[in-house]
Amino acid sequence: MKCRVCRGPAVIDVRRHNANFCVEHFIEQCERQVAKAIEAFDMIAPGERVLVAVSGGKDSLALWDLLIRLGYDVEGLYLGLGIGEYSDVSGTYARAFATERGLVLHEVDLRDRFGYDVPTAAAATRRVPCSACGMSKRHLFDRVAVERAVDVVATGHNLDDEAAVLFGNVLHWHTEYLARQLPVLPAGNGFPRKVKPLVRLSERETAAYCIVRGIDYQVEECPMAAGNRHLGYKEALNAIEERSPGTKHDFYFGFLDRAAGLFRSGMGTDANELQRCVRCGAPTPGEICAFCRLVERAGGHQHDEAVPVTLGRREQRP
Amino acid sequence: MPAVPARRWGPAVIVRLRNPNRTVEVRGPRSVAKLLNEFGLAREAVLVVRNGELVPGDAILADADEVELRPVISGGA
Repeated sequence: MKCRVCRGPAVIDVRRHNANFCVEHFIEQCERQVAKAIEAFDMIAPGERVLVAVSGGKDSLALWDLLIRLGYDVEGLYLGLGIGEYSDVSGTYARAFATERGLVLHEVDLRDRFGYDVPTAAAATRRVPCSACGMSKRHLFDRVAVERAVDVVATGHNLDDEAAVLFGNVLHWHTEYLARQLPVLPAGNGFPRKVKPLVRLSERETAAYCIVRGIDYQVEECPMAAGNRHLGYKEALNAIEERSPGTKHDFYFGFLDRAAGLFRSGMGTDANELQRCVRCGAPTPGEICAFCRLVERAGGHQHDEAVPVTLGRREQRP
Repeated sequence: MPAVPARRWGPAVIVRLRNPNRTVEVRGPRSVAKLLNEFGLAREAVLVVRNGELVPGDAILADADEVELRPVISGGA
């Protein structure tokens, strides 16, 4: 297998591009894809400050590395989610990445700062852990971005993430979510701009990027996410991709090109209708924002290993 | 053909799998693509790392190689 660019020994095949790459040209390929996404969707303007949401996993660390290589001014934000050893190890990778490169990493620990963690929040709200986790992340990314006066929040959502979410939204015709599933959400009404610069890279490519760049990351899967519906969608799409390379790309980018605009009329709360949360000041349609309501319900709860959290079917993976 | 424990034949390809973490020994030589087929793994879902370096599907694994089948699918979004 030879590199498409230099004809040297390849280390990875990217079937949807019908191409193989050596280490040097694979790194260039990743940089090119991220630069192309940033330019095509006007994600980040020259000179803007970026806050990258860092989990310690492959996507967020690859994103941080790629943005630095592309010359952007980037700080990281790590949230301590309190998911046992998984969170402890994830934090170690995020801190090591920042320290080794002399980068700024901000940290917010849910337990220390707000008195809850993801397992206790799931138990207190009787909802799946991913619900409280995602909501906490969205709120705190916005909040820290405003506090730090950065222009953009960048997240490590990749092509597989976006295709899987789209697949689920289409299967269940969540038209309001379809209207919002864009690689850029503009700033406004107290929210920072949010961008997904990895949408042109699959998660196999972001993992490979970390390996060839020598970036250590949390390889283990989040124990709270094991067996969730999102993973099932990814497996289904990968089964199709195996037979028909490029399907995930065509599905997602075809949606952006030809269908996303059709759902805009289904957008929910108009930004002008939002007011300030009386507790934290975040934009919210009600008096108290969803995050503060979560803190009220889950804050002060002690983590109890015996408290069951709702998990889906657990499946074995390699 | 299933992966064959090779201890009794001497040196073997040592394969590390995750979720759950375990190590399996198989007889070499065999290609990466064939190994993935034997374990029923989709190419989109896994990377193969030999002695710390990424290897493509046509790479031939030899006895005494240490190979990690690293999953790339993550559940959050």
